[in-house]
Amino acid sequence: MRWLRRHLLVIVAILVLVYMLIPNAVVAVFSFNNPVGRYNYTWQEFSVDAWTNPCGAQGICDSLGLSLRIGLVASLTATALGTMIAFALGRYRFRGRSGTNLLIFMPMATPEVVMGSSLLTLFLMIGLPSGQLAVTIAHIMFCISFVVVAVKARVATLDPRLEEAAADLGSTPVQTFLRVTFPLAFPGILAGALLAFSLSFDDYIITNFNASPSSITFPMYVWGAAQRGAPVQVNVIGTMMFLIALVVVVAGQLLTARRDRARS
Amino acid sequence: MAEHESGDLQLVGLSKRFGEFTAVHPLDLTIPEGSFFALLGPSGCGKTTTLRMVAGLEEPTDGRILIGDTDITHARAYQRNVNTVFQSYALFPHMSVLDNVAFGLRRKKDKDAKRKAQEALDLVQLGHTAAKRPNQLSGGMQQRVALARALVNRPDVLLLDEPLGALDLKLRRQMQIELKRIQQEVGLTFIHVTHDQEEAMTMADRIAVMNGGHLEQLADPTTLYEKPTSTFVANFLGQSNLLRARVTGSAGEGLARADVQGNEVVIDAAKVPDGLTDVWVGVRPEKLTLGESGGRNRLHGTVVDASFTGVATQYLVRTAAGADVVVVQQNDGSARAAVNENVTLSWEPGREFVLDAAQDDHAGMDEVA
Ligand SMILES: Nc1ncnc2c1ncn2[C@@H]1O[C@H](COP(=O)(O)OP(=O)(O)OP(=O)(O)O)[C@@H](O)[C@H]1O
Ligand SMILES: [Mg+2]
Repeated sequence: MRWLRRHLLVIVAILVLVYMLIPNAVVAVFSFNNPVGRYNYTWQEFSVDAWTNPCGAQGICDSLGLSLRIGLVASLTATALGTMIAFALGRYRFRGRSGTNLLIFMPMATPEVVMGSSLLTLFLMIGLPSGQLAVTIAHIMFCISFVVVAVKARVATLDPRLEEAAADLGSTPVQTFLRVTFPLAFPGILAGALLAFSLSFDDYIITNFNASPSSITFPMYVWGAAQRGAPVQVNVIGTMMFLIALVVVVAGQLLTARRDRARS
Repeated sequence: MAEHESGDLQLVGLSKRFGEFTAVHPLDLTIPEGSFFALLGPSGCGKTTTLRMVAGLEEPTDGRILIGDTDITHARAYQRNVNTVFQSYALFPHMSVLDNVAFGLRRKKDKDAKRKAQEALDLVQLGHTAAKRPNQLSGGMQQRVALARALVNRPDVLLLDEPLGALDLKLRRQMQIELKRIQQEVGLTFIHVTHDQEEAMTMADRIAVMNGGHLEQLADPTTLYEKPTSTFVANFLGQSNLLRARVTGSAGEGLARADVQGNEVVIDAAKVPDGLTDVWVGVRPEKLTLGESGGRNRLHGTVVDASFTGVATQYLVRTAAGADVVVVQQNDGSARAAVNENVTLSWEPGREFVLDAAQDDHAGMDEVA
């Protein structure tokens, strides 16, 4: 009883972690399956076929490439725009500041179905055809909000006196931004960019409204495949994405830990 | 070591308003090149605002700023050869201590930035911390890094905004001596802002006392203490006994006769402001002597309180007219008075200062920080 009380927190934590990771584990395990029929839902036998030939399913790597490209363009653009908005909101008082603040939050609060359909209406009205460009613009739009939130939190913690000190020491406004402001705001900007990329990469609803048959993103491919029958390659690519994310996070942690140790 | 040619810093009618509020009233000051100048005053009197205008971080509402013959009123902060040690240090947290110190030199494309920065760190005895980050240093060390970071640029004027404010008393005294030594060594013009009167007196060649955005008095420390020109300065710098008096006539030999609460005293006639008869006669506590040996002038009263501080005893004496007078008697073996004892106080004519009675005798009293 005493033992249980002492370790309860750890046990609960492990259970929650297991609960969160089971889907990933299942996906990973079934990436080694060799299913009969179109569905990869029951375990048959071990195979590395899908791993040796991840592009084996028709169209899967095209859609993956498209998603990566859209994700990259959308997250970079949204990060650049969002960072500027965040600095404007965090640093300056101007007319319409609180209005802007509110509008920035809107895309996060609006249901995706509503946003997807209204964007489609808008694009139709201005004569922009559905497809890659429309999807990219839509992604930039909703990513900006998240970037603004991430960067603004960081900007709020920046001491404006550091910029004054830089100016005092003879650095021009541009130098001050490059050497003081940007490096200090960078963690927030990076967090915003990563968040934007992952949001863009796995968005389905808004994308589905604005895509065309020639612009099938990865989530759309998986959805379609699930209805027709899912190739094992979907599991392979899903597992790869998970592993890449894991490596990035762990490497980041190790790097910070080492830098902290080097400093003390 | 320093042959630094830049010229005096001149503030001409410099003022600053924030909306309706005037933080600094038109201020005229000349700060001689190479001097250690202190800007002293209570909290909120406009010291930081004045400094920020000199640094170029605040746009003056009116007036001009000159270094030598160069008008820098409208120069941007990064164009001025003026550096600041900020009240909060404002060290760059993402750079090593050495990079912090080299920051200004690198903006000027100095090839020797690294070596000079290391030398500046050695000067403030922090050479061994070059590779560390600022947040790994103590407050006192950070303060010295901030000083090195500003000094290394050899500015025309170095501005220090209460740089010792965060330090404990011992470190503070140490740093005061250190700062004074460094200033003499490098020969730059230092403007040191503080609300600690003792700090200003021990360090500065000249002190400007500010109050409510106005300049109260500008003088060297001795003059400020011995001949304050306002009750504010008299009370803000050290303690003063301000006795209400009436000048009644001449006593010859450059002395004037005055009536202090029914006691006739003689005071230095030259100190009486022209044409005034209603005055405050100010006597510093240590210039009064318990007993009659102090000089010709006498007051009588009763000891209300006596506190022994080691080197001295401080008495509070209430005169017959009901005025409280503070007397400090050195612990030199002379007889001590007890509470409720009737005593005579004496002082030598000429050791007093005289101010216009129209001034508020409590000005500056509660504002000692
Ligand atoms: N940006 C500003 N906007 C409005 N008022 C200001 C601003 N900066 C300063 N003030 C006001 O100007 C006055 C002088 O401020 P300042 O910071 O110069 O005082 P200080 O003498 O440095 O005081 P302290 O010893 O507390 O640092 C204060 O009353 C302050 O409230
Ligand atoms: Mg201040």
